[in-house]
Amino acid sequence: MTADIRTRRSPLDGWAERLAELAPAVEVAERPFRTHVTLRLRDAGRAAAVSAVLGVELPRTPCTFTRGDGPHGPVEVAWLGPDEYLVLAEPGLQRTLESALRQAIGDASGAVIDVSAQRTTLTLSGPKARDLLAHGCAIDLHPSVSPSGTCVQALLAQSGIVLLVRDADAGEFTVLVRASFAIYLATWLLDAGVEYREYREVPV
Amino acid sequence: MQLIPCPWCGPREEVEFHYGGQAHVSYPADPAALSDEEWARFVFFRDNPRGPFAERWSHTAGCRRWFNAVRDTRSYELHAVYRLDEERPVTT
Ligand SMILES: [Zn+2]
Repeated sequence: MTADIRTRRSPLDGWAERLAELAPAVEVAERPFRTHVTLRLRDAGRAAAVSAVLGVELPRTPCTFTRGDGPHGPVEVAWLGPDEYLVLAEPGLQRTLESALRQAIGDASGAVIDVSAQRTTLTLSGPKARDLLAHGCAIDLHPSVSPSGTCVQALLAQSGIVLLVRDADAGEFTVLVRASFAIYLATWLLDAGVEYREYREVPV
Repeated sequence: MQLIPCPWCGPREEVEFHYGGQAHVSYPADPAALSDEEWARFVFFRDNPRGPFAERWSHTAGCRRWFNAVRDTRSYELHAVYRLDEERPVTT
């Protein structure tokens, strides 16, 4: 008998085709299995050591995120609270980042927790991405209010999300949603985006 | 919908928040010395003023931090919000 090989499935496994129905108005894609590490750090004196490990400064302003390229590739660090950050990196770096961050914190008061399984990552872009989000999110996403680098924890269609504004002018967003809410949110996006399915770019 | 200004995140819709009752109710310094009546007073008894009231709120759908707010119970107007490590501000 051959063994039944089970492969890992992301929360939105098999949804790519349906989500593609929203293009070209909104390009929605899941980026599965990304590394998400929660970092609690009260001692600001260790921020420099942590930044060195990540190659990115920690965000000092509430509701923002920082990004850069470091020893562990492209990394984003989101502000989640006055002593809480969410480190976002390429898939498979959970253990590497965890131990590197623990080392950087040393004996200072802090915590590093792999929370990759908690949320999945959705990227939204395209000319109607902002409008689509506005159907279910009270946050003002106009570039003058939420410029690039904004990171808010809010509700999208009653579902808790972390929203990162990657490029405000181009309308590029990242939405982190809890794994158990992912299918609900994908269904909601498809429904809220019905009016944009006929959308075609008008040549200027 | 009413907006509540979180000390960290700024003005957000009230559905993102959770109410936490009266603020500045401190734990008894010597709990063992309290009589049953005094315990009941600490656990169950809260002020219920008509007017400005210092309350605890949590930004549950946002930064998940507790903070204090002075709210007028007649008008729902928020006179001030402040962090837990800050003194109650003077409001009119
Ligand atoms: Zn907040």
